[in-house]
Amino acid sequence: MEQLENFFHMGGYGFYVWLSYGITLIVLLLNYVMPRTREKKLVDRLNQISKMKGQGENES
Amino acid sequence: MWKWITKYASPMHFYLLANRLTPWFGWSAAVLFAVGLYGAFFYAPADYQQGESFRIIYIHVPSAWMSMFVYMVMAGAGAAGLIWKTKVSDAVARSCAPLGASFTFLALATGSLWGKPMWGTWWVWDARLTSELILLFLYLGYIALQSAIDDRRTAARAGAILALVGVVNIPIIHYSVIWWNTLHQGPTISKLDSPSIHIDMLIPLLVMALAFNLYFAAMVLIRARMEIVEQEKNSKWVQELIVDKVSV
Amino acid sequence: MTRVRILNLFSTILFRDLLLGVRNQSELVNPLIFFIMVITMFPLSIGPEQSALMQISPAIVWVAAVLASNLTIDGIFRSDYEDGSLEQMILSPHSGFTLVMAKILAHWLLAGVPLIIMVLMAGPFLYLPDYALQTLFYTLLLGTPVLSLIGAIAGGLTMGVRSSGMLQALLILPLIMPLLIFSVSAVNNAMKGLPVTGELYFLAAILVLALTLAPIAVFSALKIRLSE
Repeated sequence: MEQLENFFHMGGYGFYVWLSYGITLIVLLLNYVMPRTREKKLVDRLNQISKMKGQGENES
Repeated sequence: MWKWITKYASPMHFYLLANRLTPWFGWSAAVLFAVGLYGAFFYAPADYQQGESFRIIYIHVPSAWMSMFVYMVMAGAGAAGLIWKTKVSDAVARSCAPLGASFTFLALATGSLWGKPMWGTWWVWDARLTSELILLFLYLGYIALQSAIDDRRTAARAGAILALVGVVNIPIIHYSVIWWNTLHQGPTISKLDSPSIHIDMLIPLLVMALAFNLYFAAMVLIRARMEIVEQEKNSKWVQELIVDKVSV
Repeated sequence: MTRVRILNLFSTILFRDLLLGVRNQSELVNPLIFFIMVITMFPLSIGPEQSALMQISPAIVWVAAVLASNLTIDGIFRSDYEDGSLEQMILSPHSGFTLVMAKILAHWLLAGVPLIIMVLMAGPFLYLPDYALQTLFYTLLLGTPVLSLIGAIAGGLTMGVRSSGMLQALLILPLIMPLLIFSVSAVNNAMKGLPVTGELYFLAAILVLALTLAPIAVFSALKIRLSE
């Protein structure tokens, strides 16, 4: 337990070290999530358009 | 060899290749991140001067390296787009900009967080931080130009010119800033420079740098893939491959 | 194309642009007024003490000059782009490079040279001693053409774009920071009585580099934007 506390304490520099790593983690994750969601939205929209087209063709 | 290159320069083949390669880069980056972080926190000893705070080096320095490297990749892809007029290189160049900007931002943010306990202030006009700041401006200018021009082809080619002008300028900026810095601060030793780094500290750093590189490779493929789908959304292959999910 | 024709073309465009510029007096004078206003803001905000102003006057003058020249660069290709004459000129064979050089020279003569004169007149207001003023003149002589050259790249890339003026500033400012560093430090050195040749050589090298490479970039930027 004490070991773990020491680890997070980082010799008094815990705030700076963990904030650095935290920001890095967030930025690296955002770089992954943002293009993926944009692509997903785009594909969903394309799917919708093609569905609407398909319906139009069936009706006519 | 040439045939192979022209084949993957077609958006569809690049899309498929990117699909196949991304998990490999992504997972090897994840493994190396795990190894590098273990090394950074448990293998590397604390610095005798800076104590535990020096462990920020394992994200600060790779980010700073990547920020320069990504700019070179961006300019290289832009140049390839200008010369061979390939759509794929345009997409790669466009994808580099936000990634490079985020690495530059990380280098600045972690540098500032490292500087606070070491220098006592959040910001010091140290040569490396200042060059990184100007590099961030270059990235932001590129992104602003991209979003201002509506036509994608034109935007990519205009961006390529800007990136190439930047590549010529970066060494000049870098040396002028170093020169300016030594002029104004005298021979103060920059705390972020570690002239001789112990081998136990160096190995995790190299592992982290490799992990950052692989991460960049995976992310640039993901982004370029998205750019290509957006660019080619009206083409037949996007319709068949992504919308109708016909297996190839 | 013979050399004579290239020279003819060069001088035709140069004189045309100069004539247009001289006729449009407000565009010629407004940046200079802006420059004086920016300069005036510093004594008002820092205080009129001679020692404080003297110390930062080289920096003030250069920053104000950079900002003022940023304002003028927006017009370098805009009117020709809007009325379609730029397209005619760029697409005619062999003339693109000459055209670019002529337009940049015209811009420097219309915007850079008046600015240099203005700076020399503004120097005493900021208590800049005469010997520093001489160095300031040299740095401006070497630096303002670079501002026009790099500005032309940004002008070519952004012409016809929404709020192009702001965008141009974003593109130009990071690229000209070395210019600022060397110029201001040269003037500072001159004020301390130190040699300034090193900085002036650097500025000259930057000018030569910009002269050789920038026109290529401007020309390709114009071609790209016009082929839209």
